Amino acid sequence: MVFKMLDGNEAAVEAMKLARVQVISAYPITPQSSISEKLSDLVAAGELKAEYVRVESEHTALSVATTAGLTGVRAATATASNGLALMHEILSMTSGNRVPIVMPVVNRGVAAPWTLWCEHGDAMAQRDMGWLQFYCQNVQEVLDLTLLAYRVAEDERVLTPAMVCLDGFFLSHSMQKTQVPEQRLVDDFIGPYIRKNTYIDPDDPMFCCDLTGSDEFTEMRYQQKYAMDNSIDVIEEIENEFEIRFGRKLHIVEGYKTEDADVVLVALGSMCGTAKYVVDKMRQEGKKVGLAKVTVFRPFPVKQLKEVLKGKKVIGVFDRSAGLGGQGGPVWSETSALMMNENCDIRNYVGGLGGRDVTIDNIEKIYNELLEIKEGKRTVHTEWIDLKENPMELRQVTKNV
Amino acid sequence: MFDIQHKSKGLVSHGVSACAGCGLELIMRNVMSVLGEDTVILIPPGCSALFSGYGNESGLKIAGFQGNLENTAACAAGVRAALNAQGNYHTTVLAFAGDGGTVDIGLQALSGVLERRDRIMYICYDNEAYMNTGIQGSSSTPFFASTTTTPSGKPTSRKNLMEIAIAHDIPYAATASIHNLNDFKKKLKKAMETDGPSLIHIQTPCPTGWRYDPGKSVELARLAVQTGSWILFEYEDGRVTINSKLKDLKPITDYIEIQGRFKHLTEEQKAELQDYTEKYYHRYIKKLENMNIETEEHATA
Amino acid sequence: MQKQQEKHSKELKKCRVLGPVATIFASSTTGSWRLERPVIDYEKCIKCGTCERFCPTNVIDVYKDRAECVVINYDYCKGCGICVNECPSKCMKMIPERGEE
Repeated sequence: MVFKMLDGNEAAVEAMKLARVQVISAYPITPQSSISEKLSDLVAAGELKAEYVRVESEHTALSVATTAGLTGVRAATATASNGLALMHEILSMTSGNRVPIVMPVVNRGVAAPWTLWCEHGDAMAQRDMGWLQFYCQNVQEVLDLTLLAYRVAEDERVLTPAMVCLDGFFLSHSMQKTQVPEQRLVDDFIGPYIRKNTYIDPDDPMFCCDLTGSDEFTEMRYQQKYAMDNSIDVIEEIENEFEIRFGRKLHIVEGYKTEDADVVLVALGSMCGTAKYVVDKMRQEGKKVGLAKVTVFRPFPVKQLKEVLKGKKVIGVFDRSAGLGGQGGPVWSETSALMMNENCDIRNYVGGLGGRDVTIDNIEKIYNELLEIKEGKRTVHTEWIDLKENPMELRQVTKNV
Repeated sequence: MFDIQHKSKGLVSHGVSACAGCGLELIMRNVMSVLGEDTVILIPPGCSALFSGYGNESGLKIAGFQGNLENTAACAAGVRAALNAQGNYHTTVLAFAGDGGTVDIGLQALSGVLERRDRIMYICYDNEAYMNTGIQGSSSTPFFASTTTTPSGKPTSRKNLMEIAIAHDIPYAATASIHNLNDFKKKLKKAMETDGPSLIHIQTPCPTGWRYDPGKSVELARLAVQTGSWILFEYEDGRVTINSKLKDLKPITDYIEIQGRFKHLTEEQKAELQDYTEKYYHRYIKKLENMNIETEEHATA
Repeated sequence: MQKQQEKHSKELKKCRVLGPVATIFASSTTGSWRLERPVIDYEKCIKCGTCERFCPTNVIDVYKDRAECVVINYDYCKGCGICVNECPSKCMKMIPERGEE
């Protein structure tokens, strides 16, 4: 086991290299760009034996990866934000053909307004496209979850592509000490790519992805749903194997000091690190708060999250995306549906949009609000937790009347 | 592995639900007879998707994938890269798309392939409108032709795909016509053997969309060339060969009067089209010939 | 490479796959669309093979050694009439599919 100082993008590249990807097609976009660059460096230097297709868009990037995957190799791509939005149409092509691509998604808000910075709105917009979604808390998790995702996605019971979501800049560009496993151990864990479903092969021809009538379409969608349902058990099983092989425990949902907690906050991604710090801090003050860190958002971890939230009367859910037009953000909606028959109060918090830091103060404020709600001292909560005063009066223009 | 339920003479099923007299069907059979089994085909949704099949039945006996409308070239690049990664350099990777999937929505992906020099063979069967969705105008629809989105005739002339390919300076690009199948097959063979991207742009008469008697598909293809509406030439490593240099052009009315899509034209418009076609033909032939003169001057300099 | 097509699928292992894929090579009887059928005057036929070459459905065979030298598979012939239109010796014509007019 080697320790390296890696940022999130380097960790993603390290994992893809360890998985010995054979075809790479990535289109640079801030804050993913260094993934595209590092992969091309590795290929150019001969450190990774792969075909590097220098594509002209994300749309092509995923198209190339999808057909390359069908042609029998482990294919890699990565994207962010508007790039992921441009891939939208192909995401469904990949999952519908059951091509198990693992794709790092460096979370960044989708324009407009133009932003370069972190939020989960890009990945959340794609949550129903038939891909697994993992959200990383730190750089080590970027590496570990990417390696795990290969095993899960390529498992015969799953055969579903996976996004490994890492927060733009907060993870993609922050250097952290990371344990990098030896190639030999990863080879034993992941192994060479073996095609397990339909394929494109001139020696054994079949025609993939032709028109399907209404007599079969529902069943094919059901097959995907069935795979999603299976995948949660597969993830659990492979997480156990991962722990034995690499000595690090991964969680589908991590309950951090939730057992005796009066209130629990549900959150995803890098803000979980901050939230854990706040939990420790507030507990020293005698406030019993806890965190439910959701690592796997697709499939939604029904059993695991319910277990962590069991018996809690007041729950906060932090959405790092606006969930426009919904009753709340996507994580809140899912959590609410999960706890439908439990007698509990679930509050939605939206924040951390377009690169705004999810601060210690804001998380503390959320916990204090939740505690007050629990004690009956408060009824309303601050849904947009980091909203500035007078949001409607942001900019002014001088017009000809 | 295909379960062969019906016998066929080639790699294409005899009973494919392309319209009677469809130019595309004739093209597909000729393409497959030249390319053979060691081919992977990429087809976008559209008329050519009739050959990818329906449900568990396919109309082709080779490996293939039906991608999206705008990423045929990109899907081909993915297959090529994966074959290369597995040490397979012999299989032909064929992208087979219509004018819409090529010059309109698929142009970006095609440009990417041509610029990267991916070893892809690309065939654009050009039926001069979006036929599968119901005859809507494309940027390859010719001047004055009526479609369901250009009901009073297209007010602009067509986009020149070959110029786009030549702008990328690819090793082989050619136009073809179904009335001269020997020429087409010769070009297919050259394209197949090209080490790099190759493109064949073939005019594809469509009885349904152009509104003519289906028996006249081949005749129309011939008339298109004879009237100067469709020019046959090859671009090979920077050199141009014109295959249809004509002394006299037939009057454009010979070509347009048997098609419903030009029925609305007034006598003045017919004259305008005649004038436009002639001028364009002569100007373009000159341009192609100049290309060779420049190449030769450069070689001797 | 031809060998793979000759094998009968019964001899091979079948396995379940997920997602859209076509593995049966089949033909629809497009001959049922036909309103008119091409017929040949064998006396006038010069056996040039033009009809065979231009048939979009590839269902015409020309045999130089037979009296009835042109054979059309009417199971698939859509009756487009390209063969009749292109025939250089004008020995083919289209006749209505159902009865005389």
